[in-house]
Amino acid sequence: MSEKHNGAHGHKGVLETDPDLPPTAIDAAVADAEDRRWTPAKIALWLGIALLGGIAWIMLAIVRGETVNAIWFVFAAVSTYFIAYRFYSKFIERKLLQPDDRRATPAEYKADGKDYVATDRRVLYGHHFAAIAGAGPLVGPVLAAQMGYLPGTLWIIVGVILAGAVQDYLVMFFSMRRGGRSLGQMAREELGVIGGTAALLATLTIMIIIVAILALVVVNALGESPWGVFSVSMTIPIALFMGVYLRFLRPGKVTEVSLIGFALLMLAIVAGGWIAETEWGVALFTLDRVTIAWGIIIYGFIAAVLPVWLLLAPRDYLSTFMKIGTIVLLAVAIIITRPEISVPAISEFAATGTGPVVPGPLFPFLFVTIACGALSGFHALISSGTTPKLIEKERQARFIGYGGMLMESFVAIMALVAALSIDRGIYFAMNSSAAATGGTVEGAVAFVNGLGLTGVNLTPDALTSLAGNVGEESIVSRTGGAPTLAVGIAQIMQGLFGGGGAMAFWYHFAIMFEALFILTAVDAGTRVARFMLQDSIGNFIPRFRDTSWRVGAWLCTAIMVAGWGAILIMGVTDPLGGINTLFPLFGIANQLLAAIALAVCMAICAKKGAFKYLWIPALPLAFAAVVTISASFLKIFSPVPAIGYWAQHNAFKDALAAGEESFGNAPTVEAMEKVVTNTFIQGTLSIVFVTLAIIVIITAILATIRAYRNGGGDETEDAPVPSRIYAPAGLIPTPPEKELEAQWNALGPAKRPARSGH
Amino acid sequence: MNTGTALGRARDAARGVAWFFKGVMGENAYAAYLEHHEASHCSEPPMTERQFWRDRTDRQDANPEGRCC
Repeated sequence: MSEKHNGAHGHKGVLETDPDLPPTAIDAAVADAEDRRWTPAKIALWLGIALLGGIAWIMLAIVRGETVNAIWFVFAAVSTYFIAYRFYSKFIERKLLQPDDRRATPAEYKADGKDYVATDRRVLYGHHFAAIAGAGPLVGPVLAAQMGYLPGTLWIIVGVILAGAVQDYLVMFFSMRRGGRSLGQMAREELGVIGGTAALLATLTIMIIIVAILALVVVNALGESPWGVFSVSMTIPIALFMGVYLRFLRPGKVTEVSLIGFALLMLAIVAGGWIAETEWGVALFTLDRVTIAWGIIIYGFIAAVLPVWLLLAPRDYLSTFMKIGTIVLLAVAIIITRPEISVPAISEFAATGTGPVVPGPLFPFLFVTIACGALSGFHALISSGTTPKLIEKERQARFIGYGGMLMESFVAIMALVAALSIDRGIYFAMNSSAAATGGTVEGAVAFVNGLGLTGVNLTPDALTSLAGNVGEESIVSRTGGAPTLAVGIAQIMQGLFGGGGAMAFWYHFAIMFEALFILTAVDAGTRVARFMLQDSIGNFIPRFRDTSWRVGAWLCTAIMVAGWGAILIMGVTDPLGGINTLFPLFGIANQLLAAIALAVCMAICAKKGAFKYLWIPALPLAFAAVVTISASFLKIFSPVPAIGYWAQHNAFKDALAAGEESFGNAPTVEAMEKVVTNTFIQGTLSIVFVTLAIIVIITAILATIRAYRNGGGDETEDAPVPSRIYAPAGLIPTPPEKELEAQWNALGPAKRPARSGH
Repeated sequence: MNTGTALGRARDAARGVAWFFKGVMGENAYAAYLEHHEASHCSEPPMTERQFWRDRTDRQDANPEGRCC
């Protein structure tokens, strides 16, 4: 390993500190000594955390009483996060990444006051968290709850510390060392043309499927719900008003306008309840799912071609506001109300794979059902590009990248707890497809009680009274996870605040909360996909590169919207239920993106010459690759029709050929033909994803082997520039950090260097 | 005296929360821009607040960023 590959020690001459300034980094030996200084208080603290976590895990995994209290989930998660953050992420920092605070970050050496701005680490943590956490961690855990509480909990917590947070941290660090380059650019640089192109194509197709399935979640939550349709559609005029307010009336008053928007949003939720009680309201706002899907498609197109200031920016403010507020509120509510959970640790469906919510056995389908919260490839797009341009000091990447993902994981744990706190019979009645329950209370009761689950005895009364309490016509087959989570949140919030009609309010509050994220993601995803498409077409027709060219922009937006819109309509009209057949594709797509990101990280580590610690990215890469490739192969090759798309396709095709007029869950020839088409599309998408991912992984392995033979590879980092600012690395400064910070604060304003270069 | 310090602390805490919240929402972007502009000793006058926010959303139009799922 040559000296130049080792960033921490290789730039002694270049990174000389200005003699007029205090040091820009804690001396490595001092920082090391601080890490190894174990005072009795520190030992007691960490022993306490370890003990609490240990007890919580014993309560969850071994004691498994009749019921288990939700507080143990919180303790198990938080203690494990602390230990992983303190020890494992520190290990990665020390051995693999070796950040050097004497080196300026892009926020310092490229500072422009706009995109590259050195941002306080605590603010950036909140900012980064708001950018990575969306509806994903709220939906996956709900669907995976059918396997019992333990598999989901274990995967969310173990997955995040060894895979998800590692991916986010590595991608963020490598992008930061490369001036904030995007994952796509890094893939092209590290993996060459073939790997880079495959990564780009994979990202584009994955974006389409993710937008489609998120939109499907919203459609399922709003179908036949006049209250939901009214309040969610009111977010559009509210956002337009906020946009105009910020543009023309009071520019920059973001908090003020968010508060106004939030108040209007609450009013929209309450007014939805009034309107759902009037005859004209019900007549006007009760829409079937196909209509809502078309509404979202039209909305998606218009939103993506409107200027950002009018709709996207205000929507973003609103959703950040709601996100932070609701997540804090939910955490407080769970800790105070501590619901008892009576779901078994591991349910019968974990082994049999015959669960009605999403089909397939625990391996590999648990790991693709829960993607966000444990390992989310999509984060690699945020962790590269946006956040690295704002990091103040290199050593802060651990807190923001690794720590930020731990917070998202905690959101997933809370979503799991909320879903588990619901009565199990109601859970299955809500999450089994209409093809299974017939969409009626009687059908749902017969189906759920027929599943033969111990301790589950669903009554029609339970379903109708809960529907009444949450202000909905029916809660049978409200698939997609969002309504189930909303019921869970409503129960927990009502436990906290009480009040008779409160449950209906909280239910629609939770639906609004999720719909808001998803619609923002739909808009932003369409825009990003459109730019990627324009860039790709631009290789052949240069005119398309010009993103301000209206015709090109509209055309590419229309193509992208048609792409996800077709999958959305397919999901909505799918005779087999939609979400249960499509959701695995969402998880697989997301994890394939994670595999791509980790493969790029592995190649970078190899080129740095860090072979001894190559397992840090290679371990989660191997796991993600095995999970996604085997899940894809099952989806492609499984002979079980419920699991394999092509098995299903052939079964329906054969039935049609045999002249049958109904088959399985499809009652008509038309429905049977639809299944044949849908499974064809789903099967083809599976093949495309897995092929692209395999290409990327193979090129990454080849790049790694080549680097190993040469003992390293080309340096792709930006040239080091000495830093002229200082800030502590973690949330709470250590004593030496405090001392150094005081030295910097003592500098007169005249002597203090600009926080930014130029 | 004691109540005075307690009140002072509460005020500091409230200020801290407001600072954090505004930071996360992105409200202090213009202040950061002004700080940068002043420090960089640029000869051109800085953008006004209105210009800055327009420029910011226009740049977002040209460089879209994804949101996570």
